[in-house]
Amino acid sequence: MTDAMAELASYRSEIADWIMQSCPDTLRGARLDEDSIVWGGKSWVFKRDDQKVWMENAISKGLTAPRWPTEYGGGGLTRAKEKIFREEMARLQAPTPLESFGLWMLGPALLEFGTHEQKSHFLPPITRGEIRWCQGYSEPGAGSDLANVQTKAEDMGDHWLVNGQKIWTSYADKADWIFALVRTDRDAPKHKGISFMLIDMNAPGVTTKPIRLISGKSPFCETFFDNVKVPKSYGEGISSIVGEQNRGWDVAKHLLTHEREMIGGGARGLLGGRSLGTFLGSLDDGVLDDPVIRTEAMGLEIDSLAFGMTMERYKDQAQSGRGVGNASAMLKYYGTELNKRRYELLMSATGSEGVEWDGPHGTLAPEWLRTKANSIEGGTTEVMLDIISKRVLELPSK
Amino acid sequence: MTSLLETEDETLLRDAARGFLADASPVKALRENRDQGRAYDAGLWREMAQMGWAGVLIPEDQGGADMGHRAAGILSEEMGNVLSASPFISTAVMAATALRNCASDRAKQALTQIAEGGVTYAIAVDEGAKHNPARTALRAEKSGNAYRLSGVKTFVADGASADRLLVLARTAGTTGDAAGLTLFDIDAARAGISRDSKPTVDSRDHARITLENVAATGEDIVGELDNGLVTLRHGIQAGQAALAAELTGVAGGAYGMTVAYLKERKQFDRTIGSFQALQHRAAHLWSEIEVTTSAIINAGRVLDAAPDDAALAVSLAKARATATAKLAVSEGVQMHGGIGMTDEFDIGFYMKRARVGAEWLGDYGYHAALIAAARGF
Repeated sequence: MTDAMAELASYRSEIADWIMQSCPDTLRGARLDEDSIVWGGKSWVFKRDDQKVWMENAISKGLTAPRWPTEYGGGGLTRAKEKIFREEMARLQAPTPLESFGLWMLGPALLEFGTHEQKSHFLPPITRGEIRWCQGYSEPGAGSDLANVQTKAEDMGDHWLVNGQKIWTSYADKADWIFALVRTDRDAPKHKGISFMLIDMNAPGVTTKPIRLISGKSPFCETFFDNVKVPKSYGEGISSIVGEQNRGWDVAKHLLTHEREMIGGGARGLLGGRSLGTFLGSLDDGVLDDPVIRTEAMGLEIDSLAFGMTMERYKDQAQSGRGVGNASAMLKYYGTELNKRRYELLMSATGSEGVEWDGPHGTLAPEWLRTKANSIEGGTTEVMLDIISKRVLELPSK
Repeated sequence: MTSLLETEDETLLRDAARGFLADASPVKALRENRDQGRAYDAGLWREMAQMGWAGVLIPEDQGGADMGHRAAGILSEEMGNVLSASPFISTAVMAATALRNCASDRAKQALTQIAEGGVTYAIAVDEGAKHNPARTALRAEKSGNAYRLSGVKTFVADGASADRLLVLARTAGTTGDAAGLTLFDIDAARAGISRDSKPTVDSRDHARITLENVAATGEDIVGELDNGLVTLRHGIQAGQAALAAELTGVAGGAYGMTVAYLKERKQFDRTIGSFQALQHRAAHLWSEIEVTTSAIINAGRVLDAAPDDAALAVSLAKARATATAKLAVSEGVQMHGGIGMTDEFDIGFYMKRARVGAEWLGDYGYHAALIAAARGF
C-alpha cells in the first residue's frame, strides 16, 4: 500500500468515528423528506434538535463545506477525502448537515470569481448556516432564453438602482440575500451587459410572492425589485458585483454548471438511504413479481448505477484540471430524466397508496410532482440537448 | 471507489492501438474478410501478438505483457470502433484468464503459447440459443483413467478456426446444476470433434461443435474436477467485460460515422445536422455512450483490483453496452437514411456486430437479472 493510500484508509476510519460521535443516533437512518432539509438562515427554526447538534458539530470541523478552504470556514479536504467523507456519511446513514444555495452555487462562484475580501465577508456565514441565499436568474421573459434578462441596475454614483422582476426564485420568501443577474449596460449585446449582483432581501423595495405549484407546495416565488438601492460596496474590497461589471454572464454560466450537476444528482426523499430494491421489496402486494414493474426497476437500477459512476468520473475530471465544460449539460439532462423515471416507477409501485396526499408513503406524491420541474429548471432538457449538439458534437446551425 | 479517469499510460495505449488499427484494420478489412470468406486475418493477429496484445492478461513469466483487464478493455474498445476481427476475446482474454487461474505446468505452457500468438482458443460453453453455462448437458463419462466427451456446443465464437477448445462438460449432477461441471482443454483436431461453421450476420467465426466420444485424460482438465464453472467464471467475466468494451467501441464507431454524416449531408438546402430533431437524437446517443463508458471503465478497474467481487460491475457493463450499441446502430442507420441500408456503406456492419455481441456471453435480460439479484430485488 502506498503512503497516500494508507493515509486515505486512516482518514476513512477517523472520519467514520467522528461521524458516529458527532451525528446523533436518532438522526442516523431517520426518514427525512424534502421538508426536513436543514437550510439555515436568519429566520431558521430547527424542526429537530438532533439536526442542530449535527450541524453545529459539522460547522466546527468545516464539514458543511468540505472542499472549501479552511480560511473561509470550509474543511479544506482534497477531492479524495471529500469522496470518502460522503461515502462514509452515506454508509452510516448520516444526512447532509446543512444544504443551501450558498453552499451549492454562490460559494463556488465566489471561490472562482470573487475577491479575497468578498470571500472573507460572504463565505463563512454560509458555512455556518447564518445567511440563506436565493438565486435570481429567470424572469417572465427570460426562461430558456436566460440571457434576455431585463431587470435593470442603473448607475447612481454610490449605488445601483434596481428595478424589475424575477421568477422561479427558489425560497425567495425565506432567503436573507439574493444573487441576481441584472442588466448594467442596456446598449451592449444581450450576453455582454449583464452583471452578477449580491442584494440584501431586506433592502426597501424588495418583495416576494410565492407561486403555488401542482405539488401543492410553493418552493418558488416571484421577486420584485422596485427602486431598490444596492450599495456599490459592502466594505473595503467588497463590491456588490461578483466578477467584472457587465461580465456577469461568465459567472452565471459557471454557476449554472454547478446547478446542473446538483439537479442532475437528484434522488433524495422517499428512498433516502435505502436502495430501490430494498424499498420495492418492502411493499405489499409483491410488486417485484409484476413483470412490467420489475423490468422497469431493473432498467432504472442499471442506468442509475452507471450514471452515478459517470457523476464521479466527471467530478474527478473537473478536479484534475482537465475540465468538463459543456459536457456537464449531459449530467443535468440524464440525471433529471432518470429522476423522473425513478418517481414514475415509485408511483406505479406504490399504487393507490402513492396517490394519497398524506398516505403511508408520506410526501411521495408531492415529491413525484416536484420531479417534473427537474427537466425544466436550470435549463430545460431541450436546452441541454441543444448545448450538447452545438458545443460538444459541434453540429452546424444551418 | 477508485477513479474512473483514464491514466496517462492508458491514453498512450489507446492512442497506439487506434493508430495501429486505423492502418492495419480499418472497417474495409472486415469487408475484405467477408468477401474472401475468412473470419479474420491471421497475419493481423500475428502483428497484434507481436505488440503484446495476445499476452495482455498473461504474466510476464509466461511471456505476457500483463497489462490487466482495463488495458484489455481499451484494446477491445478500439477494435470495436473499427470492427477489427480477431480471436482476441476468446484467446487473449477468456482462455488466458481461465488458464491463468490454475497453477499447472501445462496451463503455463499454454499461456506462453497464447502470448506468442502460437495458439488460438475457442470457449465452448453454450448449448442453446441463450447464454447459460449451468445448462450444460454435454457429458464427460469417466472410463478408467480417461474421459469420453459427447454432446453439442452451439454459438462457439472463433470455434471453426481455433486451434484448441476449452470445453465445459458435465461430470456430475444434472442439466441446470452450476456444480458438477468440468473444464477440458483439448485440441480442436482431436478425433470425434466435428465443427460446422455457422455464418453469422457479423461475418465473424461462429461454429456448432459436435463431440462424439472424444477422448480426454485428467491432464486435459483445467482447474478442478466437478468445479469447472468456478475455474471458467473469471474467464467468462473477463470476456464479458472485454466484449462490453468492444460493444462500446462499436457504439462509438457508429456514432462517429453518423455525426460525420450529419455534418456533411445536405437536404432542403441545409446541412441535416442543423435540424433540431436530429441534433437531439445525436445528443441523446452521445449521452448514453458517455454513461456506458463509465460502466466499462469501472468493470476493468474492478476486475483488476478485486476479481472475486466483479460480478455486478461486469454485468452492469455488459447490460449497458448491449443497450447502448443497439441504440447507436439503430439511430445510425435511421439518421443515414436510405444509404444506411446499403451494403456499400459501412454502418450496417456495425448493426450486425452489435446484434451478435448482444447475444454472446449473456444478453441484456441475463445480466439485468444478475444485477437485480445483486442489488436485492
